[in-house]
Amino acid sequence: MNSRTSSLDHSTIKPKRKRWSRVKRDYELYLFLLPIIILYLVFKYYPMYGVQIAFKDFSPSQGIWGSEWVGFQHFIDFFNSYNFWTIITNTLSLSFLSLLFGFPAPIIIALMLNQMLGKRYKKFVQTVIYAPHFISTVVLIGMLNVFLSPNSGIVNHVITMFGGDPILFMADEGWFRPLYILSGIWQETGFSTIIYLAALAGVNPELHEAATMDGASKWKRVWNVDIPSILPTIVILLILALGNIMSIGFEKAFLMQSDLNYGTSNIIPTYVYEMGIQKAQYSFSTAVGLFNSLINIILIVTVNRIAKKITETSLW
Amino acid sequence: MNQLMKRKSRGDIWFDIFNYVLLSIVMLLVLFPLYFVLIASFSDPNYIYSGEVWLFPKGFTLDGYERIFNDSSIWIGYANSILYATLGTIIGVAVTVFAAYPLARKDLVGKSAIMWFLMVTMFFSGGLIPTYLLIKDLHMLNTIWALVIPGAGGVFNVIIVRTFFQSSIPDEMWEAASIDGCSNTRFFWSIVLPLSKSILAVMVLYHVVGFWNGFFDALIYLNDESKYPLQLVLRNILVQNQVNSGMMIDVESYAAKMRVTELIKYGVIIVSSLPLLMLYPFLQKYFVKGVMIGSIKG
Repeated sequence: MNSRTSSLDHSTIKPKRKRWSRVKRDYELYLFLLPIIILYLVFKYYPMYGVQIAFKDFSPSQGIWGSEWVGFQHFIDFFNSYNFWTIITNTLSLSFLSLLFGFPAPIIIALMLNQMLGKRYKKFVQTVIYAPHFISTVVLIGMLNVFLSPNSGIVNHVITMFGGDPILFMADEGWFRPLYILSGIWQETGFSTIIYLAALAGVNPELHEAATMDGASKWKRVWNVDIPSILPTIVILLILALGNIMSIGFEKAFLMQSDLNYGTSNIIPTYVYEMGIQKAQYSFSTAVGLFNSLINIILIVTVNRIAKKITETSLW
Repeated sequence: MNQLMKRKSRGDIWFDIFNYVLLSIVMLLVLFPLYFVLIASFSDPNYIYSGEVWLFPKGFTLDGYERIFNDSSIWIGYANSILYATLGTIIGVAVTVFAAYPLARKDLVGKSAIMWFLMVTMFFSGGLIPTYLLIKDLHMLNTIWALVIPGAGGVFNVIIVRTFFQSSIPDEMWEAASIDGCSNTRFFWSIVLPLSKSILAVMVLYHVVGFWNGFFDALIYLNDESKYPLQLVLRNILVQNQVNSGMMIDVESYAAKMRVTELIKYGVIIVSSLPLLMLYPFLQKYFVKGVMIGSIKG
């Protein structure tokens, strides 16, 4: 049995050789990492190499490398296409409005839950409001369809009960954004409270005691103790959310989309799918997707910079 | 402290009442749609149409469920989803956990380079089309492999598991074990994994829910209806109003067909979502744990 030197042992061997011997000693750990490295090289990095088809006229017979370069032609085509501004406006409005209404909701609910006295009832409320997170997007949109159906949906029954006319919610451009945002709030608000509740659990109880002794009401304590305590968490999540403003999900918009609401539901991800997968315009579609990624990266970096300047909280 | 505890002021009593009432309303707003789907799935569709179903099933019927259970497409979808979720979870969790352990170790040479290698993919990706073309070139289109392999080992999950290892497996443990001549592999199998049951549960659940509810990859990569996972079968019924004619063989008029379709929609929502909604309250603590660990800055 030869006892190997542990990493704590500062021996006098030259550092380079020491590194190499550590690599040899831990060869198994590199084997552990092998699967993920191979997977990433193939499924994540190779497609990055494939992004060059955005600057080429890709034809499957020529392959990625063999296709003709066309420079920025596809980007120019996209910028000049008649629906360019519609798509950009739709994408930005949808994600910005979702953030505007969706972001504060879990903070408010978490602050309220945190002030709840009855432990059992609190747990029950939490269990209920987390539940929609586990419903699939397909089922969520299916629920919208049945509830908002013009002749059998419960929502239109309520409207007609009060003497209104049934509304064709799902077939109306104007309703697409409100429905998208409200259904998102219904589905994700509860589950998003978890992070804030964790932050609130870490608030020093002495602060609350001191405030109570000074005669602060509950409302004052929420405002002056709870909210300042979770501000760093709020800022970090806001940076992340702002950085993701261009990477709005495909699934929900795609499922809600129909010819009737296309004017507001046509956003970058659905457009990329439509042009690329359905119409097989591989190069053009890749260019649109790449344009989206670039804006996203610029956004993340910018938002992070601004956050660093203003609040001294940042991602890196 | 007790002597200092003042009686509640009037304002605080109002605060508590207001808080309870508001949260109860929020809870009902979440609960009612789910509850309504459940009662509507047992109600006579004529009553649903005339708007007479509010709080309890009316004209109790199992007709919708009978039609669903007699239709093969939903069960094929169920079986496919179970298959994809099982295989995908095994592969995904294995890749994630194996990758996370070395990265949690302080003394791994080249650790930050490997971390960067993984993190870059969070900010930049080839996008939909280059990935699709790759899957096509690998002849993975229309196979189960397109659903379970490309997404295995997501960065976020690796970071969660790595954070867990860093906080729960002290370095001294490995140092002591290695002095006794324990190899990395043996240490991982007999010390690390047994201590990490909870994070394994978190990962398994995340993966299962992801595969069970996801439909995007299946939509893009699969063309055979016989391979469709449940979510794609549901999409045909719930979103595109395509109910299998087999479910409707005995229904005559167009109006009656519309009504039965509606009933079937309520039924499939229940059949597809109930397993997860019934199970999740018992597993809630694991989901919460995952969110908590994920929120610690890695």
